[in-house]
Amino acid sequence: MSSNVVLFLATFLASAVEAVEALTIVLAVGVVRGWRSTLVGVGAASLVLAAVVAGLGPALQHIPIGTLRFVIGALLLAFGLQWLRKAILRASGYKPLHDEAEAFSRERKEAGAALPARSAQMDWYAFTVAFKGVLLEGLEVAFIVVTFGATQGRLGLAAAAAVAAGATVVVAGLVVRGPLERVPENTLKFIVGVLLSSFGIFWGGEGAGAEWPGGDVAILAIIGFVGLVSFSLTRTLRRRRLAFQPGTAQG
Amino acid sequence: MNYIRSFGRFWWNFVVGDDWRVAAELAVAFALTWLLEHEGISAWWLLPPAVALILAESVRREARSSG
Repeated sequence: MSSNVVLFLATFLASAVEAVEALTIVLAVGVVRGWRSTLVGVGAASLVLAAVVAGLGPALQHIPIGTLRFVIGALLLAFGLQWLRKAILRASGYKPLHDEAEAFSRERKEAGAALPARSAQMDWYAFTVAFKGVLLEGLEVAFIVVTFGATQGRLGLAAAAAVAAGATVVVAGLVVRGPLERVPENTLKFIVGVLLSSFGIFWGGEGAGAEWPGGDVAILAIIGFVGLVSFSLTRTLRRRRLAFQPGTAQG
Repeated sequence: MNYIRSFGRFWWNFVVGDDWRVAAELAVAFALTWLLEHEGISAWWLLPPAVALILAESVRREARSSG
């Protein structure tokens, strides 16, 4: 598997997870408050995100590659470990699984409780919630696209992976016409956490001056190592929890 | 002022999250790698086990606190 394929896969999966969260918010607000203002909010957030990627991408290319890899590697590792940590705790039963159906009904309830807008007017509640949801989730995607793209010199490939993930999630959302609750979000977060942390170790280490044996191929060994450690931690914690709370076994 | 605070909170949550010790321990691991390489000692082997230990300690702390 070449590093381009790994890069595409990591960006695609990370973007898909964020897109599912954004879509859940947009669907809930759109269904309750109407689609016009919600879609204007989505459009406005998308423009801001495009400006962020267009502005940051070229700017990053002027920073020396060693410094860029160090800063981006450290950031990716810190960010990836957060995902991985939560995914391990969820998979072992120490944290409840993130439930998109519950998030959808909570957003729907909140949207229904807000003051209604007059039919011809802009619904600022729908606009703001859709804008904030898409912008916040999208900023994380933009960060991953810009950092992966700039560090590997493959901004176009990373952006294409993110667009493909967004399109896949939107089409799936339109087909099921509801929250994507059947998406195994924790499994995706687990995989993405492993990939982001591994790229973080690889680039951060290179930025700090380390030379990996085997060059780029080392990334595959790091992914294997981080995956194995995470899987072992999940199993150990799950066993520990079941030993303390017999009768609460979950898949 | 509110925007600056929100911006700061976004980056804090993004980078540090809910366990600041992970970020601090990662900073130490990176500093050690840089230091060893600066002294001419190959240090590629340091980060992977350091990250494994940091992750294990963090999930163990959280598991212990949530019973």
